[in-house]
Order: sequence, then C-alpha cells, then structure tokens
Amino acid sequence: MTAVAELLAPRKPLPGGLSRGLVVASFLLPLMIWAVVSYVPFVWHPKVEVVDPGSVSYFREGMLLDKERFNEEAAKAREAGTAVPTGEPANPVYLPAPHEVLTAFYTSFTAEPTRRSEQWLHESLWHSIQVIFWGFTLSSLVGVPLGILCGTYNVFSRLFEPFVEFFRYLPAPAFGALAVAILGIYDGPKIAIIFIGTFFQQVLVVGNTTRKLDLSLLEAAMTLGVSRFRLLWKVVIPGILPDLYRDQRILLGWAWTYLIVAELIGTSSGITWFITQQARYKNFDNVFAAIMMIGIIGLATDILLAKLGKRLFPWEKKG
Amino acid sequence: MTTMELPSYLQQSAKVRARFERLKSREVILDVAGLSKTFESAHGQTTALRDISFQTHRREFVCVIGPSGCGKSTLIRILAGLESASGGDVLLDGKRVVGPGPDRGMVFQGYTLFPWLTVKKNVMFGLEAQGAGKARSESEALQWIELVGLEAFANAYPHQLSGGMKQRVAIARALANQPRILLMDEPFGALDAQTRAKMQSYLLEIWKNIDITVLFITHDLDEAIFLADRILVLRANPGEVEELIEVPVPRPRHLDQTVSPEFIATKKRLEALIHPDEEELEQTMAEDKLNMIRMTEVGDEVESVE
Ligand SMILES: Nc1ncnc2c1ncn2[C@@H]1O[C@H](COP(=O)(O)OP(=O)(O)OP(=O)(O)O)[C@@H](O)[C@H]1O
Ligand SMILES: [Mg+2]
Repeated sequence: MTAVAELLAPRKPLPGGLSRGLVVASFLLPLMIWAVVSYVPFVWHPKVEVVDPGSVSYFREGMLLDKERFNEEAAKAREAGTAVPTGEPANPVYLPAPHEVLTAFYTSFTAEPTRRSEQWLHESLWHSIQVIFWGFTLSSLVGVPLGILCGTYNVFSRLFEPFVEFFRYLPAPAFGALAVAILGIYDGPKIAIIFIGTFFQQVLVVGNTTRKLDLSLLEAAMTLGVSRFRLLWKVVIPGILPDLYRDQRILLGWAWTYLIVAELIGTSSGITWFITQQARYKNFDNVFAAIMMIGIIGLATDILLAKLGKRLFPWEKKG
Repeated sequence: MTTMELPSYLQQSAKVRARFERLKSREVILDVAGLSKTFESAHGQTTALRDISFQTHRREFVCVIGPSGCGKSTLIRILAGLESASGGDVLLDGKRVVGPGPDRGMVFQGYTLFPWLTVKKNVMFGLEAQGAGKARSESEALQWIELVGLEAFANAYPHQLSGGMKQRVAIARALANQPRILLMDEPFGALDAQTRAKMQSYLLEIWKNIDITVLFITHDLDEAIFLADRILVLRANPGEVEELIEVPVPRPRHLDQTVSPEFIATKKRLEALIHPDEEELEQTMAEDKLNMIRMTEVGDEVESVE
C-alpha cells in the first residue's frame, strides 16, 4: 500500500530501473494487445480463410469470408453429403499480424517497385522529409523572428497577432487548390501547405514563449547599461532559447501531420503516395509498415533533438 | 517589561556627530527634489509618491523604510530610470537622470541573474555592454567575484547557487560597472534569517572597502538600523517623507549593538513612526478573536485558553 502511494506521489521522480521499465512497457503493451488479437484464434477473428474449398463452387483457397457465411456453406455441404470445405479463423484484411508488418517493413526497402512509375520506399520517404524540411525551415525563418518581435514589443504584437490569430483557424488543407494554382503541381504547393499549417501557430507560440521571459531580466540588463535595441540580442534571445527549442520540437511534430494532406495535392508523392497506393491494392501490411516508419522517424528525430538540447543548454535545470 | 532609561534617538555621541559632520560635508551624489508619481489605472489615479525630497552624500549608506505599499519600490525604480516620475527631479552628480544607465547599479528583490550565463559571464555582462574588451572584463569580473567571496563558483551557472550566493553575484554584477550609487530593493527579502544576517555583514564589509553610495530599501527595522547611516522613513497613502533619521549607533557595526541603548531608542522611534495606530490594531485583533472557534477536543494537548 505504501509502495503504491509512493509511486503515485505527484511529480516524484521514479527509480531509474522502474522508469526505464515503464518506457519499454509503454511500447510493449500495445504490441502485446496487437499480438494477442492476431495470434490467439478465439480472440476476435471474425473471418474465415478458406484452406480447402471442398464442394463449394465459388470458394477459392486463401479466400476471406465472414464466419456465418462459411458455416452456412459448410452446413449445406454436410447435408448434401458433398465434400465439406475447411478453413481457419482469420482477421479482416485491414489488420495484418505483427510478423506480416515486420516482413513488409523489411521487404519494402529491398523489393524493387512493381511499376516503373513507382518509387522505392526510401525514395518516397526521402522526398517527404525534404518537403517537411523546406516547409518547416521557411516557416521558422519568418515565424520565429516575428514571434519574438511580437513577444517583446507590443507594437508588433498588436499589429500582427490579431490577424495571425484569425488566420490560424483557416484550415491549411483548404488552401491546397489555391497553392497549386499559384505554385504549380510539384513540390511548391506541398511546401506551402506545411508552411501555412506551421507558420501561424508558430508566431503565436513563439510570441507567448517570449512574453513569459521574466521582465526583471530585461530591467536588470538595462540598469547594466544595455541599450533598448541590443536587449533583443543580449537578453531576449538567449533568455528564451531553451523554451524556443522545445517549441520548435513540438511544431515540427505538427508539421508532419500536415504532410499527409500536402502530399495529396498536385502530383501525389512521398510516403503518403506510397500509403494510399498500397491501400488501394489492399496491401495493408505495407500501409502499416509505412505508417510505422513515419512514427519511428518522428520519434527518433525528437529523441535526437532532446539529447542535443541537453548539450546545447547546460544552464537548464535538470529534471 | 522593565523600563530602562533610554536616551533620545536624536542624541549622538561626539564621535558619531563628528562622523555625520564629515559625511555631510562630502559632495552630494543623489539629489531627489520634489519627486512625485501618480499611476493611472482603471480604478482611477493612485498617488504613489508625493513631493519626496532628500539628498545622499558620497559613501553614505541610506536605508528607506516604510509600510507596505508606501511607494518604496516605485521610488527606487524611478531612481534607476525604470519608471518615469510624474513630477520633480532626480539629479545624479548634479545631472538629471533620464532612463536607466550604468551609473546607477541595481539589485532586485527577486533573482535576476541571467540563467544562461555563468557567474563570471554575469559579472562581465555590464562591462562588455560598456564596450570593455573581453580580457579586461574578465580580469575585472574575477576581482569583483573575489570581493564577494565566490571565486570557487566563477564557472557555475546561477541555478547551482543558493539564494544568498545569487544575491552576492548580483551585487558583484552591479558593482562591476563602478556605478556612482548602488540601488537595492529589499535584496535580502527572500532569504532566511541566518543567511540574511550574514549577507548584511558581507554588504557592510564590501561597502567599507570601496567608494560606493548605497540606497537600500527594506521593511526590516533591525536591518535598516544595522546598515544605515541615515534612514529615510516614508508614510503611506500617499507616499511622503515622514522623517530622515540619523542613526546614532557608532561604526563599525556588529551584532552586539542590537541591544545597545542607541539601537533600541532608534528602533522605538521607527516603530512609533511606522505603526502609529497600535491601539487600533489591537482593537481589530480583539474583534478577530471573537470569531475564532476553538477546534479542539477534550483531551487534546493544547494550551488552555486563559
Ligand atoms: N504599475 C503600477 N500601476 C498602478 N499602480 C501601481 C503600480 N506600481 C505600484 N503601484 C501602486 O503604487 C503604490 C506603491 O507601490 P510600491 O510597490 O512602490 O510599494 P512598496 O512600498 O514597494 O510596497 P512593498 O513594501 O509591498 O514592496 C501601491 O499602492 C501600488 O498599488
Ligand atoms: Mg516593494
């Protein structure tokens, strides 16, 4: 009882071993549920995969059927005294088992594209990463300075923020057609969608982060003889840097969510193209593999950036 | 309490009187003339300060004391140039003060060290802002850090320091610019009593060793008497000068003096100025008591009501 109470103490750091164990568990738990649903025949499995068609004329080996339908036909065959079809419980096609996804994950990198117009998966991925990179970089080049200005000087805040606040409610994907009309059908409009999706949030988030900087730090700097204009370089920017870095990490995650829409406009491309294409052929193992790849790339970048942040900002309190 | 025959706080020993004469013959550093400040807010005007006038002389240590909300912070912020006055003048070395500047160092009640800079870089900050070269800034900064006894922490970041240490760095940082006056707004207010006492001694030690005039805000009467040459007492609503008291306690100061007759007499005077409505206060406390319910049960080990 006291051990449980200890664990549930608010914000109390956990012992290292337990902490690591929980991280592993947070991934293992959903994986286990997935495995149970996939491999334990009496859990869910609403379909039957035909092994031997028997006497049923339209059954084929490997065919997926609703359980009731299969049982009906089997009963009919039994009554008629003809060969009874056999089958195994199966899940719908949209839920591939873990090992199938794992195989797809591997083969998607090794298998040559079936059509000439198609790209290798790694090419698709690389293309997506470039679109994200340019969209996010361009947005940051304008959005971060503007956010900092808005957070520091009320003049900028009043002048820009109301409009930005309005614009961020306009759904970025709605600008797809417009972006294509202006920027053509290749990467231009895709980058523009990422930009629109990121930029307006970015100005507001960075503005708020800047406003949170303790005013007395600015006052202290002024009493030390820093001029009004140099305050921005000497105090505001270094003062908000760690928080700004954290904001950028979160915003980068948002940028990825706009990728799916961005890649569907103009000429479809990138990982999204791969996903929709594979879904059309009902290769759901490939779909899951691709979705997982996005997740892994996202998580890996974030962990990497977090580690880098610890090195970049040694003055941040630990924990 | 046994009544002891106390001297008047106005009575000064020959030594103390001679010291004040010398002090007042020195040049005037800060001249505050007819200073007033009104704040405009949604609820109308607040007069925070009205017609404040006083002068501080070179190497003088002045404490400002007064009830909460009497405008002490407003006064020091105007002197620092962080707030503009509604009327009157602030002269430093005879020149009008406009805006903040390195000629007036400031130590705030909250911790205002730059968290992204090490102790050394924090102290170098002002020097570099003045355009001093890196090498010179660094060697000077190290001297100031030594003065406040933190050589061992020169490369530490502020979050690794205790509250008292942070304020010592803040003092070093302000002094590194060699300001004409050091403005301090309850700099030890957030510290525990022990650290606070230590910091007071440190501050006097530093003050003794360099040519600096100090204006120090506090609401702690003992602190004011222990530190100050003169105490500027303000009254509230609106903030006005009540009295400028010359502390008759001789220097050098040490903690034993807190029980000396001069000290007690001065403290009595300050108490009378700052809490003049003692009876009224007791009245309200008595009324409060009537509403208090005793939340104890029979057998609880609490003091009896008598
Ligand atoms: N920016 C402001 N706008 C409006 N009123 C203000 C402002 N700053 C201070 N005041 C008012 O001015 C008066 C003096 O405030 P100030 O902070 O200077 O008092 P103080 O003596 O420093 O108080 P304390 O002992 O609590 O620190 C208060 O009545 C306060 O409400
Ligand atoms: Mg105050």
